[in-house]
Amino acid sequence: MTNEWPLYEVFIRGQHGLSHRHVGSLHATDAQHAIQNARDVYTRRKEGVSIWVVPAVQITASSPDDKDALFEPSEDKVYRHPTFFNIPDDVGAM
Amino acid sequence: MSVAGLIRMGDSTLVLGQRVSEWCGHAPALEEDIALANTALDLIGQTQLWLGLAGEREGQGQDADALAYRRDPWDFRNLLLVEQPNRDFGVTMMRQFLFDTWHLEVLRTLAQHPDAEISAIAQKSAKEVTYHRERSTDMVIALGDGTEESQQRMQSALVRLYPYVGEMFTIDPDDLIDMATLRPGFDAHLTATLDKATLTRPASEFAHQGGKTGARHSEHLGHILATMQSLPRSYPDAKW
Repeated sequence: MTNEWPLYEVFIRGQHGLSHRHVGSLHATDAQHAIQNARDVYTRRKEGVSIWVVPAVQITASSPDDKDALFEPSEDKVYRHPTFFNIPDDVGAM
Repeated sequence: MSVAGLIRMGDSTLVLGQRVSEWCGHAPALEEDIALANTALDLIGQTQLWLGLAGEREGQGQDADALAYRRDPWDFRNLLLVEQPNRDFGVTMMRQFLFDTWHLEVLRTLAQHPDAEISAIAQKSAKEVTYHRERSTDMVIALGDGTEESQQRMQSALVRLYPYVGEMFTIDPDDLIDMATLRPGFDAHLTATLDKATLTRPASEFAHQGGKTGARHSEHLGHILATMQSLPRSYPDAKW
């Protein structure tokens, strides 16, 4: 197709209390149309209670080329994980 | 007493559901394809309720499947509007918009019906149809107030289908309610939508009739039933 509608990223909240989760993308003419399409494409089996749509062009993503500089330095810094601390029992679930 | 009215509701949702399902795999965009299939399935689901209750009340041992698959065109009591062919996407959406606008008015009124079973079906269906109407209304506005070509196609779709609007509001004792009382609500939504869509309502109020009475269906009904009924008639009571 030469005249594709703009791309939207779709986020669905599965149930109350959970956060919205990225489920996929779709094409739509505007935001309201994207909500309707998301309802039809992604919630037809009762997957959600709330929908967010975001124009894909509005998302700024990190570049795969930068992954060494961005992510590798954290690989050898195990002390950043909170596994070296004793957590008192009465703190409860963390 | 209510059997004829129940069959009218079920036949209209059945025939339109079958019509809309013809788009499955052919719609102009994947998202619209799924949306149309969802609408078709909603309508078939409503058909099961309406015809199921009709068969039960008729008391002749016919269930919803028997009523859907073993009657001939002259026994059907659907509106003429719903048997009209899909043609292009614009005609399909205009037909859907006109039907949804009538349908939601009907269901909102039937939801208050003193007959508890009728009221329950209407309440359930009204939630689905509220969405159908929202979607088809937005689409009529988007395409009407769209490009020059889409505007022309929507206007010609309206001119083609408007003569099938009048039948929805004729007064007839077989209907579950007095349909004429729903016309003002229909007109209000129609006028507001056509304004936004930059479309012009045809001046003539001429109305084709004979669908819901069964007196004169269009030639299209026989064809759609032949497709829909071929499998259950070739293999009666087939299970899969």
